[in-house]
Amino acid sequence: MTSIIGPASFKLFGIFPAAILSFIIPVVGIGIFAYIMARRIAPLVRSNPDNRFDHIGKRVQNLIFVWLGQMRQPRYMLAGVLHISIFAGFLILSIRSSSLVIIGLSDGFVLPGFGGFLGNIYNFIRDYAATIVLVACIIASIRRGIFKPKRYAVPEKYGKDHTSEAVFVLGIIATLMISESLFEASQLAYEFQHTGAEHFLAPLSLVWIFRAILSSVPQNFLQGLHIFTYFVHDLTFFFFLCFLPLGKHFHVITSIFNVFFMRVKKGKIKPVMYGVSDDKLDDLESFGVKKLEDFTWKHMLDFYSCADCGRCSDQCPANAVGRPLSPRFITIKARDLMFKNYPLSGEIYKSSLLVQDIYTEDEIWSCTTCGACEEECPLGIEYIDKIVDLRRGMVDEGMVPQSLQKPLKALEKRGNPYGKMEKKRADWAKDKEFKASWRIKDLARDKADVLYFVDSITSYDDNIQNIARRTSIILKKADIDFGILGKLEKDSGNEVLRFGEEMLYQDLKEQNTDAIKATGVKQIVTADPHAYNALKNDYDGLPPVKHISQVVARKIKSGELDLKPCRNPEKVYVYHDPCYLGRHNGVYEEPRQAMDAIEGLTRVELEKSRDRSFCCGGGGLMLFYEPEEDTRMGVLRVNMAAEAGATVIVTACPFCLVNIQDAIKVAGKEGQIEALDFTELIEQHLY
Amino acid sequence: MEILVCVKRVPDTAENEFELNSAGNDLDRDDLVYSVNEWDNYAVEEAIQIVDKVGGSVTVITVGDDESEEVLRREMAMGANNGILLSDDAFEGSDGKGIATILKTEIEKGKYDLILSGAQADEGAGQVGGMVAAMLDYPYASLVNKIEVKEGKIIVGREIEGGNQEMNEMQLPCVLSIQTGINEPRYVGIRGIRKVASVDIPVKGPGDLGLDAAIVGKAGAKTRRVDYFVPDTGEGAEMLEGATGEIIEKLIEKLKAKGGL
Repeated sequence: MTSIIGPASFKLFGIFPAAILSFIIPVVGIGIFAYIMARRIAPLVRSNPDNRFDHIGKRVQNLIFVWLGQMRQPRYMLAGVLHISIFAGFLILSIRSSSLVIIGLSDGFVLPGFGGFLGNIYNFIRDYAATIVLVACIIASIRRGIFKPKRYAVPEKYGKDHTSEAVFVLGIIATLMISESLFEASQLAYEFQHTGAEHFLAPLSLVWIFRAILSSVPQNFLQGLHIFTYFVHDLTFFFFLCFLPLGKHFHVITSIFNVFFMRVKKGKIKPVMYGVSDDKLDDLESFGVKKLEDFTWKHMLDFYSCADCGRCSDQCPANAVGRPLSPRFITIKARDLMFKNYPLSGEIYKSSLLVQDIYTEDEIWSCTTCGACEEECPLGIEYIDKIVDLRRGMVDEGMVPQSLQKPLKALEKRGNPYGKMEKKRADWAKDKEFKASWRIKDLARDKADVLYFVDSITSYDDNIQNIARRTSIILKKADIDFGILGKLEKDSGNEVLRFGEEMLYQDLKEQNTDAIKATGVKQIVTADPHAYNALKNDYDGLPPVKHISQVVARKIKSGELDLKPCRNPEKVYVYHDPCYLGRHNGVYEEPRQAMDAIEGLTRVELEKSRDRSFCCGGGGLMLFYEPEEDTRMGVLRVNMAAEAGATVIVTACPFCLVNIQDAIKVAGKEGQIEALDFTELIEQHLY
Repeated sequence: MEILVCVKRVPDTAENEFELNSAGNDLDRDDLVYSVNEWDNYAVEEAIQIVDKVGGSVTVITVGDDESEEVLRREMAMGANNGILLSDDAFEGSDGKGIATILKTEIEKGKYDLILSGAQADEGAGQVGGMVAAMLDYPYASLVNKIEVKEGKIIVGREIEGGNQEMNEMQLPCVLSIQTGINEPRYVGIRGIRKVASVDIPVKGPGDLGLDAAIVGKAGAKTRRVDYFVPDTGEGAEMLEGATGEIIEKLIEKLKAKGGL
């Protein structure tokens, strides 16, 4: 025989054409795969609508960076590099795998364009790709199977461990890499023995190594190995294809879609129902997500796409303090339910109330909507909108803890969660000392260019009212003509919306919008990131909104504000990024620039900073909620600051200030570390 | 089971700062916000839970002015099936016995197995429930914190001073006054209230009830409020003033000075 016989021409046992197998395996494989996919798509067809075909440019950009570029992977370095290796290898080898299927029917088949030089380059890269994927699989298996990083553990209440599935799939991938390389190597070894011709191979690649091993093996063994490895590869390939939609490896198929359709606008909550405008909300039968099918199709796609990597829960502050919430299992539990209610064969089961069936009320209330999970997810899985939708469903069913009912009712009656009188909303400006030097315009009577939106906590909390006075002094000294809404201002409703009380939020939004529009201001400034977020992202048609840190940074840059040298140069300052200023709105640099403009101020960084900032406990209604937890988020945050060597935690959010001040006391760090609002630091240093 | 719950609209203690009016005989009511009396919410929740278990319907009733309709709607948004507003100029100024008389006249027209009220009202004297029971010649239990429904009777738990618990078997129909903590009342949002905004709530006056207007209202009242005031600071009492933080500091100082700490 002059050359090895390929699977297309080979006859098993001398009579049975192997090509028949090469035909049957893909046909059956693709048939089963198509059937499974059709069953998997069934719940998506029954789901709620979702508008994900907007901002195409941004979506393509996400596809390039988040999906193809795997940009979020290196945030966990070892796992990230391993994943990038396997992902890139899969992309490269997908061409080879497709052509291998056809090689089973037509010996020596080459995809159009892969015959000449390009083919040689591709083969060279491909051989290394297969090798790297194999190495990555081995390292990953050791990591998952032996070292077992903590974030993959499955607490008992959430079901069984997923390690075996992970290692099994790594085994499948390794089998694919080895069989493909042996198939190639056996042919090359055969040819070498026969003709002495030696193909150039990527040195130290799997094929290169296998060819060296096989160089002196008998030819009939090589022939057998060639056919055997072909079918091992073919069977494994189609088995893998059909196995993917059955578990966490579904992401191999769904990730490209999930990333394309991922959230493109941050800081904004989805409407109650896409396609239903705010004024038509009253006509809706039901609100929010109560049953599985109330989720949107994208949210269901999220459930399918989760790779169970545990990064969300690793970053989740609620999980860190032992609250009964782990975002990873919000997804996994829903996916398990989808698999259970929409089985691969037989009837589809009716789903019952999710909160009770798979979730608990406390689990859903535990989320501070800080967004750390979403920022981390390499697949663009969302959580905040789902949590809000579940809360909308709970509010609609009356399932609201007593601790939240009081502030919600107060918001309804008085426009603030404390139940304080509307007419006292501007009492912070009546402080004797302050009043003696400064007069604050009430836009109900006076005109001004800028509105200072104070919001509830800064208006009413004895301790936090200082932020209102300092913000005003900063604005005055920066020569900004501003006023306030006074008793016409209502709570911005950032948390009312996020706690699922949609109609109350709509009411607050309407009252604020009318009041703001009536003033004719050209800009809005606030020192409360939660108000900043609501006015900027959730409200419509308002003048541009700025956070006070942005105003300060700009005025420093333009020279309109000048800062004195640091009053306490011996102290070490650290800036804590508030979730609603940083992660949800991308304001990371301005507060730091302003701090750095104070000469002689020593500033350190927290390890968890910027988009990885750790929520200090949440704001708005979260202050009233009484969670089950082992410790406070704020305490963990204060400890992080202490580890960073800081003696002053500067934040730019009234809720952060409350949480961190309390946490310092709980952590017993009074006298060692203090909390300071950004406005206080700046105002202290103004001339 | 047919359940009637008597409810009342009261100024919300959590969301008001109370000041006396210039005449000094009542609160200054201009800036007040009102809501359902807190205890009544628990009573309505309990009624809904009983009906969910054994069937029947819940009716909420109040004696008050036009604005009291708001509290009936709120309770109907919770899940009460019907509302009845007993309102007329002739009812104004009724004392506790007057209110009980008005309620009793309406209750007699229906066929209720169980009549609930709050244990007391924010502004009230905790007297109407008992009076209604006496007028109807029904058995009565106060401060109820547990209800179990059996065939033709109920098991009623009562909170006893000192944290003790008492269980009673009662024949139906009966009247119970409900203590807070018996359940966790569900939340009623704006959406829920809007859903029942157009449900018809009958308004009944003395004519509809066949009630002699002279025995209720101001004319029939045998109890009259003569004064309403914030007591003068007595001897040994001192009000600490200032911001919360300052008050706490002053308090700690005082406790230390008197050897309390």
